Amino acid sequence: MRSVAVVGASLAGLYAARALRDQGFDGTLTIVGSERHRPYDRPPLSKEFLAGRMTEADLALETDDEDLGAEWRLGVRASGLDRRDRRVLLADGTSITADGVVLATGATARTLPGDSPALEGVHTLRTLDDALALRADLVPGRRLVVIGAGFIGAEVASTARELGLGVTIVETAPVPLARALGGEMGTALGALHEERGVGLICGVAVQALTGGDRVDGVLLADGRRLDADVVLVGIGARPEIGWLEGSGVELGDGVLCDSGGGTSLPGVVAVGDCAAWFDPGLGHHHRVEHWTGAVQRPAATAATLLSGGTALAPAQPPPYLWSDQYGRRIQFAGHTRPGDSVTVEEGDVAARSFLAVYRREDRPVAVLGVDQVRQFTRWRRRLGTVNTG
Amino acid sequence: MIPACALAALPRGEAFRLDTVEPPIAVFHTDDGELYAVDDTCTHQDASLADGWLEGCEVECPLHASRFDLRTGEVDAPPAKLPVRTHGVVVEDGTVYVVPSDLPPNLPPGARARTA
Repeated sequence: MRSVAVVGASLAGLYAARALRDQGFDGTLTIVGSERHRPYDRPPLSKEFLAGRMTEADLALETDDEDLGAEWRLGVRASGLDRRDRRVLLADGTSITADGVVLATGATARTLPGDSPALEGVHTLRTLDDALALRADLVPGRRLVVIGAGFIGAEVASTARELGLGVTIVETAPVPLARALGGEMGTALGALHEERGVGLICGVAVQALTGGDRVDGVLLADGRRLDADVVLVGIGARPEIGWLEGSGVELGDGVLCDSGGGTSLPGVVAVGDCAAWFDPGLGHHHRVEHWTGAVQRPAATAATLLSGGTALAPAQPPPYLWSDQYGRRIQFAGHTRPGDSVTVEEGDVAARSFLAVYRREDRPVAVLGVDQVRQFTRWRRRLGTVNTG
Repeated sequence: MIPACALAALPRGEAFRLDTVEPPIAVFHTDDGELYAVDDTCTHQDASLADGWLEGCEVECPLHASRFDLRTGEVDAPPAKLPVRTHGVVVEDGTVYVVPSDLPPNLPPGARARTA
């Protein structure tokens, strides 16, 4: 393999490029990124960076002396893939032909359904530019309505509260984070908002945003109206795969991959938020949208590409995520689904410092920690051994 | 030289966080019986290395899995970019003492003082 194009210059793309070099690939390496920025770390965008405690330079993922020997094509979007000669078409009319292609285009923040005109003060948060725009709008004393009580919404609510805004969260589901954490623990985490004076309205959909040029309110399906100077729409992300339609790469909820990142096309692999790898433990394809997946999986992805698909895909550790809210450190690892039992094994939910273990037929399948880092580390290791070893 | 803990209170495979100093220091007792001290705060983002995973002469950060060599403080695995500062360790009469480094620490950007 003499040339590889990595499409996507964020965490998964950078780690894939590093893995290719680490595994001995010394050919031409081109990295394409739709944003104008060098690879940067996204998790602080809703936390330390949004709060003003981290600078843009602090977000850089590359080290000062790092040299991947790559050609960087930043600020240009990939628009298509021609399978015949494995040619990546770019929005500026140029293209890159390569022996191998890594698809790492990530995901895009979902927006509210319907094509309501763009109101000033309405934000999503995915990119550095999104964070800069949101940060400029988080002025103390303003009223922020967060639509969606997922991790991004919860973190922005926490940061905005810290900055001195009045904050209300609106969530369509009856309990926040129920799909990720189950109802009981979702309720426990929802209480973190309320004890810091952040309003949490669950089980109600958003009808419409109101305002002239700028948003001034959020109309709920039950007829209520919330005043708002700023709105954050935090309702998840969709994989950035539209550009691959018609390319012959098999798509579902993400680029469908085997358990090592191989796609339906030879010489094309995918990793990160845009990729749905087959999970042998779950028995189906599954898109892992967490930072850790984009760090851990590129090594296997590079091996799949360089070996022509003959490398044995190593078992992947259970998905892991963390979140910082109101000074509490929340960590979760594993997969849970309705019916799993949940037991608190350390600490106390009421004291907001606890470790809860999820079990299915007595087998631990997931663990949640709130301010229980040391115990969580041990449990996370144990889950990895039990479920992949 | 700062007293940290009794050696008997720090079994092999365990870590002790010395939080009477600023920034806090983590003392590790490896499975091989060696003692090492490094700054407790990961250089990447605010996390306590004493809460991390100790394996051989390496500690893995509990938050983002950066790995540091306890002997040198060097980064063995990203996302951390800067080494942790190492400190001397002395055992006298069953007590573990830390000899703090006089070099400046590499604290993560945005780190806030821990309350716990």
